[in-house]
Amino acid sequence: MNSMITKGLPSIKLPALKKALSIAAIASACSMALGLSSTVAMAEVNTTGLAVTDTEVTVGILHSLTGTMAISETGAQEAEKLAIKQINESGGILGRQIKIIQEDGASDWPTFAEKSKKLLVKDKVAAVFGAWTSASRKAVLPVFEKENGLLYYPTFYEGLEQSKNVIYTGQEATQQILDGLNWVAKEKKAKTFYLIGSDYIWPRTSMKIARKHIENVLGGKVVGEEYKPLGNTQFGSVINKIRLKKPDVIYAAVVGGSNVAWFKQLKAAGITADKQTLLTISVTEDEVLGIGGENLEGFYSIMKYFQSQDNENNKAFVAAFKEMWGDDSVIGDVTQAAYLGPWLWKAAVEKAGSFDVDKVVAASEEGDIELTTAPEGYVKLHPNHHLWSKARVGKWNKDGQATVVYTSELIEPDPFPAGYQ
Amino acid sequence: MGGYTYNELGAIFAMQGFAGISLFSVLLLMALGLAIIFGQMGVINMAHGEFMAVGAYTTYFLSTLTETYFPGFMPYYFLFAIVLAFFVAGALGYFAEYALIRHLYKRPLDTLLATWGLSLIMQQTFRSVFGAREVSPGLPDWLLGSYQPTEMIDIPLNGMFVLALTGLVTFGVFYLMFKSSWGLHVRATTQNRLMSGAVGINTKKVDRYTFALGCGIAGIAGAAFTTIASTGPTTGTLYIVDTFMVVVFGGAASLLGTIASAFSIAQAQSILEFFISGSMAKVFTLLTLVIILMFKPEGLFASKVRR
Repeated sequence: MNSMITKGLPSIKLPALKKALSIAAIASACSMALGLSSTVAMAEVNTTGLAVTDTEVTVGILHSLTGTMAISETGAQEAEKLAIKQINESGGILGRQIKIIQEDGASDWPTFAEKSKKLLVKDKVAAVFGAWTSASRKAVLPVFEKENGLLYYPTFYEGLEQSKNVIYTGQEATQQILDGLNWVAKEKKAKTFYLIGSDYIWPRTSMKIARKHIENVLGGKVVGEEYKPLGNTQFGSVINKIRLKKPDVIYAAVVGGSNVAWFKQLKAAGITADKQTLLTISVTEDEVLGIGGENLEGFYSIMKYFQSQDNENNKAFVAAFKEMWGDDSVIGDVTQAAYLGPWLWKAAVEKAGSFDVDKVVAASEEGDIELTTAPEGYVKLHPNHHLWSKARVGKWNKDGQATVVYTSELIEPDPFPAGYQ
Repeated sequence: MGGYTYNELGAIFAMQGFAGISLFSVLLLMALGLAIIFGQMGVINMAHGEFMAVGAYTTYFLSTLTETYFPGFMPYYFLFAIVLAFFVAGALGYFAEYALIRHLYKRPLDTLLATWGLSLIMQQTFRSVFGAREVSPGLPDWLLGSYQPTEMIDIPLNGMFVLALTGLVTFGVFYLMFKSSWGLHVRATTQNRLMSGAVGINTKKVDRYTFALGCGIAGIAGAAFTTIASTGPTTGTLYIVDTFMVVVFGGAASLLGTIASAFSIAQAQSILEFFISGSMAKVFTLLTLVIILMFKPEGLFASKVRR
């Protein structure tokens, strides 16, 4: 504590002033020691004019609270607030309490860009936790790069990106897809696959990687590949097509309202888990709320986190989450990834000893920031800004929770996978 | 035939046929309410989808209530939910007409803006009351699963249910419009408002009930669609485009046109989808529609409204 205080004071050289100044120095040191406990003076930890005072640091949360995406983004921002509350209760970051400025992206990508500019330029926040869809991330990316901000992005996504100004706390495509396919090929002796997804960048990129892996690595065959427009609720014809092709596995990446219609209609068409293996990369506990556990029973999801995971970290996390946001709340993969954001930022700031974005990024890129307290178990930040994480296969139960049936080794993130593009 | 037996092909053919009919019944049920409002009153109701969501949320509300307080009643609640959805959405429509629409009859383009605003207000209300997350009402067992006439054919029960309901509602609407004295008033008002007023028809009242009926039918559609998809604050926006497509293509003032249009769009869509990918099927369906509307701007069945 003492060394930190002296570090924050100018060293005194002039002999004539020495006595007078040293009295002042002692006085100010005392006042700091009394009032601010172990903080380092603002000027030291913040050289770029961020919203950091001696007692507070301001961060931004930028998610959709209104519009289509509010459904998905609610959980993420709840988790981020929980993490920040816990960090504040344990003493904050570098002795500073975290203050939140929340903005609503309103499910509209230009609004995301505008609000991120406001957070960075006007509010001068030290970090932003936010964005959910790839479209919103792509919209804010130029703003973060120009204003040199720092974004913690929580969603599993298609990869093919690595920005200096973004830390990706979800898994990129290869971390989610490859192990799931390996598992289903081995466990279910699957040879033929039917790929179906919603028609936009994430499912299409994911399916491209899946197809390469199925054909080149597993020696299997893709018997059908299908994309439905976002918001489509009619799957009758596709289901008949699938019936005709008789695939060993249906591999699905349908999102949003379509997702619900897709599973309800599968069940209504008599395609259930006892007759058909289905593996999806787009269903978490959040989606199950809308789909209904009875429509998913026995199908598989490949994620990095499930709420039912049995470890001490996760038990504490689930209990704290429910205490803060109500007993009915469920926690999906992205919610957990969003929870990691503030903690990873705290670790990086403390390692750098500074809130300066360049220093925090440099500390993050050393590749040794790890969280042993992560609900998913253990994660480590790779120099490429993504997390080392494990892939898990969950089998859905009627109650809307999944039983984890497979856990991979720790997988190295590889946002630009060679041979898969 | 590509390694398939005739039995298998027959089964697929039967199920694919049903998929088309099922889509037809969905489109028709969505469009009926709008066809009444747009066709008979000339009001472009952008909030039509939200009235469907009202029906869906009513169903969800009743299902939660039943599950908590009268679990034994679960197998039957759904039928009551449909009736309740009709009345709740209808009452809201009645109120909306009274408070908003009736002031705008002489400014048809303004109703477009006003009802769009109404739809945004309703969406945000759903979000505040029921939360942003999508919900699904618990369904009775007799609506889940499939009917298997043979080993290989699975006909979805919810599809059959929606089909039967659509038939019932269509029949009801036709009876009301063409056999009841109230229907006579509605048609008279559509054809010549001044004259109808002169012979003693309360045209304002007719307007209000017509609008309420259209919204009520939207409510029924919303309740029925909870068996197919989920309900969220913005669910309505998923349906509004398809709904307008069916009504415009059919010819605005003709109920028969709406039926014909729903049937042709559904068949084109489901057959194309079977042979090419989903997004391309939609593109081809829309292209065909645009071309037909270029040559027949009034829609399939030309309007007989006297201006």
